[in-house]
Amino acid sequence: MSSKIEDLQAYLTTHLEGKFTSSVLALGELTLEVPVRSWLDVCNYLCHDEQTRFEQLSDLCGVDYATYGQAEWDTHASSTGFSRAVEGLKLDPFDFDQAKIKDEPAEAEAGKRFAVVIHLLSIKHNFRIRLRTFCEDSAYPVVPSLVRVWSSANWYEREAFDLVGIMFNSHPDLRRILTDYGFIGHPLRKDFPLAGQVEMRYDALQKRVIYEPVSIVAQPGVPRVIRQDQPSIASQERDN
Amino acid sequence: MPEIRNFTLNFGPAHPAAHGVLRLVLEMDGEMIVRADPHIGLLHRGTEKLVESKPYNQSIGYMDRLDYVSMMCNEHGYVLAIEKLLGVDVPIRAQYIRTMFDEITRILNHLLWIAGHSLDVGAMTMFLYAFREREDLMDAYEAVSGARLHATYYRPGGVNRDLPDSMPQYEKNRFRDDAEVKRQNANRQGTLLDFLEDFTNRFPGKVDEYETLLTDNRIWKQRLVGVGVVSPERALQMGFTGPMLRGSGVEWDLRKKQPYAAYSQMDFDIPVGTNGDCYDRYLVRIEEMRQSNRIIKQCIDWLRHHSGPVRSDNHKVTPPKRADMKHDMEALIHHFKLMTEGYCLPEGEAYAAIEHPKGEFACYLISDGANKPYRLKIRAPGFAHLSGMNEMARGHMLSDVVAIIGSQDIVFGEVDR
Repeated sequence: MSSKIEDLQAYLTTHLEGKFTSSVLALGELTLEVPVRSWLDVCNYLCHDEQTRFEQLSDLCGVDYATYGQAEWDTHASSTGFSRAVEGLKLDPFDFDQAKIKDEPAEAEAGKRFAVVIHLLSIKHNFRIRLRTFCEDSAYPVVPSLVRVWSSANWYEREAFDLVGIMFNSHPDLRRILTDYGFIGHPLRKDFPLAGQVEMRYDALQKRVIYEPVSIVAQPGVPRVIRQDQPSIASQERDN
Repeated sequence: MPEIRNFTLNFGPAHPAAHGVLRLVLEMDGEMIVRADPHIGLLHRGTEKLVESKPYNQSIGYMDRLDYVSMMCNEHGYVLAIEKLLGVDVPIRAQYIRTMFDEITRILNHLLWIAGHSLDVGAMTMFLYAFREREDLMDAYEAVSGARLHATYYRPGGVNRDLPDSMPQYEKNRFRDDAEVKRQNANRQGTLLDFLEDFTNRFPGKVDEYETLLTDNRIWKQRLVGVGVVSPERALQMGFTGPMLRGSGVEWDLRKKQPYAAYSQMDFDIPVGTNGDCYDRYLVRIEEMRQSNRIIKQCIDWLRHHSGPVRSDNHKVTPPKRADMKHDMEALIHHFKLMTEGYCLPEGEAYAAIEHPKGEFACYLISDGANKPYRLKIRAPGFAHLSGMNEMARGHMLSDVVAIIGSQDIVFGEVDR
């Protein structure tokens, strides 16, 4: 199986030269990174060429790489423990300039925020491949639609548009799919809060469902805050 | 002269044949479907977003709630993705337990499918029959995990615990006398494996019963034969997997082609349809139940003769034994660290696919080295199947839409995620 994948990698390297920027073979999975301009070409080739023949688009997803590799919240008192959240960051706990660098918006790497990742499956050859393309403009991410190549891309692209906010050029019907009618925002973006923006309830006075800003405060799920409702044993003993 | 035009019909989301919360906007020409536009997302719970804020192990429970009629298979896809990135090896006994429960889950799923599908088409009895057998399998779920549906039983590195030595018993009450209780407990005297073996001996006869009711039933065939025909090429194009693909005649089963767990050791056949209509998909699923029964039998046989650990002994990933924690400081630390902050996955990405009862269920996991996923994309088979709805229903009658929804085996937990 793995040798088959290596053969595929070698084959693609010769036949698709210049069409992709990198090919990585890790954990038995081949990943091609394709620039947006050759996205359709490469997909068309992979779908129709006899040696690759990826008949099926298994999966398409949008990814927001905005906070990739960043700790979720800044507690520089400790570089170990839970607060590190991300291993290998190697933060110096007493170097406060580092913290400042990290606070910079992730847009530093322009054009590296939104990616579309697809997984292809070849029934004929029994292998898979992963393709990734980064959108060039983070403010208005656009990728050519693959609906003409694989019909199943239709809903997957609608989903990626809905949840991550990636536009697909020449998609026949780019509507929201999973979120509510009239929803604002793209929930799987990293700057979208976990609790959402609005909550809805039935208002008995107005006799209709109304939307209002969320009332719950977002909290980190773990580690749980240990509340000091009970007086500690030491203070109990002191009181006695 | 009155103007003739298509009209739009709103089907669902509270329609009993909509299998949950499907809202179908149908554009009709008389009673013929011109365009079917499924509106989904009414059960969207943001699983993929929730998962991003929790340590890996705390999200296993969310997987049960995706496709809530094939719980353990969802967990399997998720833990496989973690194991792939982590490189942790799973003990062989755990592999067999997983294989067995995957197949139990497949039967559970197909039983619910046949129950719902036949009820939609008009056969009430099947519903009662199928739920009778589901009861036994859910008891097996309960015996092993404590929960009848949302088991949270699989863990990265194995399963939560070994198979129990005894089955829970029915007790006497106002409605059940001693004789009745004794009858109900008759097959619960031994271990879980004994109980399941008893089930596997009975089950082929039960499938025969279902087939007697349905396979040659005139009404059943009138409703299914030739409805929702999908050619193999279109099935691949539209991303169909599992029984939907095999019903169209493509012999593709991840259990055979890309084996995981202990499937490479199993002897079973892949049923394949020829016409790609609802009836073929029905036959494929019925045969899959028989094959699953065979696999369960083989697993029971193996598990009886081979004992061993069911969890990896890498305590960065699996909790140590309670007894060890009483005297071993390191075990206690491992337990504390695991339960509070979980474990970190190496940076990278993995796509782990399994043959879920409905098709290819896969988890695409991106890790940035943290103790929680950076992004988890759940590839749900039902999502692709439902996207083919428009093409499958076009040109059919309104009542055929119900048959097509049924044969797609749609469950909204996984479509909406």
